[in-house]
Amino acid sequence: MKDAEMRRVTAICNGTVIDHIPGGKSLQVLRMLKLDSGRSNPISLVMNVPSDKLGRKDVLKIEDRELIQEELDRLAIIASEASIAIIRNYSVAEKRKIILSDELVNIIKCSFSNCITQNEREPLPNKMVVVNKNPVEIRCFYCGKIQDNSEITEHII
Amino acid sequence: MGDLITMDDLTNEEIITLLDNAKKMLPAAKGDVYLPLLQGKVLANMFFENSTRTRMSFETAMKRLGGEVLNFTSAGSSVAKGETLYDTMQMVDGYSDVAVIRHPRQGAAQYSADAVNIPILNAGDGAGNHPTQTLLDLFTIRESHNKFKDLNVVLVGDLRYGRTAHSLSHALARFNVNLTLVSPDSLKMPKEIVDDLLSLGCNVTETDNLYENIKESDVIYMTRIQKERFPDEDEYAKVSGIYKLSKIDLVGSKENMIIMHPLPRVNEIHPSVDSTKHARYFEQAFNGIPTRMALLCKSLGIDIDKEVA
Repeated sequence: MKDAEMRRVTAICNGTVIDHIPGGKSLQVLRMLKLDSGRSNPISLVMNVPSDKLGRKDVLKIEDRELIQEELDRLAIIASEASIAIIRNYSVAEKRKIILSDELVNIIKCSFSNCITQNEREPLPNKMVVVNKNPVEIRCFYCGKIQDNSEITEHII
Repeated sequence: MGDLITMDDLTNEEIITLLDNAKKMLPAAKGDVYLPLLQGKVLANMFFENSTRTRMSFETAMKRLGGEVLNFTSAGSSVAKGETLYDTMQMVDGYSDVAVIRHPRQGAAQYSADAVNIPILNAGDGAGNHPTQTLLDLFTIRESHNKFKDLNVVLVGDLRYGRTAHSLSHALARFNVNLTLVSPDSLKMPKEIVDDLLSLGCNVTETDNLYENIKESDVIYMTRIQKERFPDEDEYAKVSGIYKLSKIDLVGSKENMIIMHPLPRVNEIHPSVDSTKHARYFEQAFNGIPTRMALLCKSLGIDIDKEVA
């Protein structure tokens, strides 16, 4: 991490750093990780800092929590390029990448009001098929509707 | 394996085989021959939404093949008591060998297929797919023209909401027809479907004029403008009755041009057309029987070639 950013947020002792989140998307990332409400671990958030790679980026530092791969993969739709570092005792213990799989199970609920999955009591999992990876395009496995990426965080399960 | 949810579940070769098999089923479909290929098998007709032709023709198809039919309607059933589709289908899985489902919600057929082991045949899910209608439409066209390639097919009416027009146009594009899409501006074919048709290499023309396209056409496929889809009466009144075919409009048309309609019709086709050589809509409705017989056999693993030598 560059010195300029070091000035903005201090290093964390243990936890997860998510870097290279597209500028302004960190709040959505927190929602997708379900870290946006209730009592969670201390989180530092940096928004819209200059980035060579993205123009502007966000950075999240989550203390005392090592996110597992399954949690990280939830972010593929909005922050597929993000880089993840697991921090232990102030140093990077592991680096992880977000992997966008071909199917998203129980991550996003279909936004189409007449989809069969809108009945909350129906027990089968919500399934999305990844039709395109770049740009990301996902479609409900059941009703076939293409999902609007800009609204996707509204439909997180 | 034996599911049919959308036409994408079938390859072009499988479609042609189904149509060939449907043709072999014709004597049995008419009741001239008794062909008990499905004796001892039970079909569950699961209609969560109204239907006349689809439900009855599946029932006739199954009975003509010696099978039995369970008819289900949601009114007064466990569904009215709040049962989930998942639970209802678990019951059907135990009671029958194959199920046909029509449901007001989109995706219900795929959902059912995921929920059970028996084959599921989609008979319409919301504004989604209706592949067995498409099969009988293809059968009707092929019976008259013996081919698909380079036919001029004109789809008319509600191309925006009509699931029949959506599925059929996709299938026809796969068989290299020329498509003319006739509708008022407010009921145009959705752009994503037109894009799909173009990407399949189909020649597509969009217009609001039916009458200037009659002379060149090989197939005119009329659809009903569906009153129930409109938010208000005024909007419906603007386009209702915009396309009406009567006998006089057919002067100068090709000898072997056929007129189709998935039915029910309101006033799109005047009864004077019924007695012309072009009318095919009642035959089309009948064709639901041989095509559904062929499909039921396929889903239940019956080899028609072997059985009907």
